[in-house]
Amino acid sequence: MFPPQFDYERPDSLDAALDALADEDAVPLAGGHDLVPMLKARERTPGTVVDLGGLAALRGVERVVADGTERLSIGALTTDAALLDADPAGVDALLDATSEVGDAQIRNRGTVGGNLAAAHPASDIPAATLAAGATLHLVGPDGDRTVPAGEFATGDHETVCTDDELVTRVSVPLDPDAGGAYARKTHPSTGYAAVGVAARLRVVDGAVADPRVAAVGLLDVPTRLPAVEGALVGVDAGSPVDAVAGAAERATEGIDGAVREDHVVSAGQRCAVLPEYTERAVSAALARAVGREGVVA
Amino acid sequence: MSEHEIAATVDGATETATVEARRLLVHALRENWGYTQPTVGCESGKCGACTVEMDGEVVKSCCVLAVQADGSEITTVGGIEGAPDGLAEVGGDDVAAADDDGFGPVQRSFHEEHGLQCGYCTPGMILRSRDLLAANPDPSREEIREGLKGNVCRCTGYENVVDAVEAAARKLEPIETDGGAPEDAVDAADGGAD
Ligand SMILES: Cc1cc2nc3c(=O)[nH]c(=O)nc-3n(C[C@H](O)[C@H](O)[C@H](O)COP(=O)(O)OP(=O)(O)OC[C@H]3O[C@@H](n4cnc5c(N)ncnc54)[C@H](O)[C@@H]3O)c2cc1C
Ligand code: FES
Ligand code: FES
Repeated sequence: MFPPQFDYERPDSLDAALDALADEDAVPLAGGHDLVPMLKARERTPGTVVDLGGLAALRGVERVVADGTERLSIGALTTDAALLDADPAGVDALLDATSEVGDAQIRNRGTVGGNLAAAHPASDIPAATLAAGATLHLVGPDGDRTVPAGEFATGDHETVCTDDELVTRVSVPLDPDAGGAYARKTHPSTGYAAVGVAARLRVVDGAVADPRVAAVGLLDVPTRLPAVEGALVGVDAGSPVDAVAGAAERATEGIDGAVREDHVVSAGQRCAVLPEYTERAVSAALARAVGREGVVA
Repeated sequence: MSEHEIAATVDGATETATVEARRLLVHALRENWGYTQPTVGCESGKCGACTVEMDGEVVKSCCVLAVQADGSEITTVGGIEGAPDGLAEVGGDDVAAADDDGFGPVQRSFHEEHGLQCGYCTPGMILRSRDLLAANPDPSREEIREGLKGNVCRCTGYENVVDAVEAAARKLEPIETDGGAPEDAVDAADGGAD
């Protein structure tokens, strides 16, 4: 399998990259672990591939304070492995999800921005960014804009990012007393998630507060699980087992869209395993929140 | 369709080629430069047969464009020497002297434990096993299986591969440092950007 013919450019600045992407036949290349297989399968036939590898400014992880809240800012070109190596505090679900991506070799090349921009419906990282209430930062010919994680993907491999825009970074709010986790059922054929669930919550006065639970692999876009979130509010963090299981049972309630299926994993199977992985993610997130210093359960 | 002059250091030698933009790194290695240890299995990033080290990190060379590797340092299984990074073989020089096949401890363990049959997956298995041991010198069997999940073997049934990595771990010990922070700790502190 060989990719089709194309031109290749490797700009060394963001401006030069945006200029190159102004050509309507051009696509950006980050880690290439979504794009190169698609080129080989001839599912994409761009005129020009614009390699972002020279944009060192889009790599790295740092804490920033914006509008009075502390956030973790992750450059779009940061590889999955570099994020895991940096091991930043306060983004448990994101680290869990990133460590599930593919395998060690894939994580050495695949980037956080590429994982989000690819908008594969079963990618792991988008579950964590949705549960964390992250923001994506985009830049294009008309300047920059921000998009909440929940509004970024619009379909299977479709996002609001236009062909001449780039994701530059993703910023995740840091909450010192929040706990998060990600759990997934691996698809036996693709190796991606059949379903993956990210949970993030706080414990306030011994009770669950601000739960956010998001699933991938279920619909064409990452989705929050509203009934689970609703049922978790106020759960006693001291003896949560039955209440968390009860909340998880309601995982498919109120989700909006057709559940995905393929010849290996049916929609029914995805719905059947969803509560189990929801329970795992929520229980682990809760245990971490309870373990946070200063939190009284 | 653009063509590009590329240069890379492969197993210590400087290699150059003019390649089409669409040329994959694995094909440049095998066909332009004659490094046939990385093999081509699935061609889609799943099997790990094409694994090489690129600037010190294991990657699947069927999913990297040759132009992306311009200026990089590539190591195939033919270019590895001795123990994985940060580790030394217990018994050190004596073992190497007694065993003059030029193989390092991980390769010898695959041989001794029959961790291969046809050998197609072995270059990738060895490179990833070394990488795994460098990060985790004493892995459990479960960690070995999980760690090798990107390397598919159609022959051995994996049991002997896991045995081989365990045996290699027993042959290895961390290199004593004089109390200074290992280099990795410094790299990680700046966000792991490279
Ligand atoms: C065998 C295999 C198994 C995998 N398993 C998993 C898995 O289990 N879970 C998982 O989540 N992923 C998995 N992946 C996908 C892998 O994580 C991809 O690397 C990742 O999703 C895409 O990141 P990338 O950096 O490689 O992007 P690329 O492939 O370079 O790009 C992906 C897409 O996004 C666009 N793009 C890239 N960067 C930007 C940017 N900064 N701004 C705008 N657009 C951009 C590209 O044009 C392209 O359309 C797997 C991949 C393979 C090959
Ligand atoms: S040939 Fe590259 S991963 Fe299979
Ligand atoms: S030994 Fe034949 S594929 Fe592994």
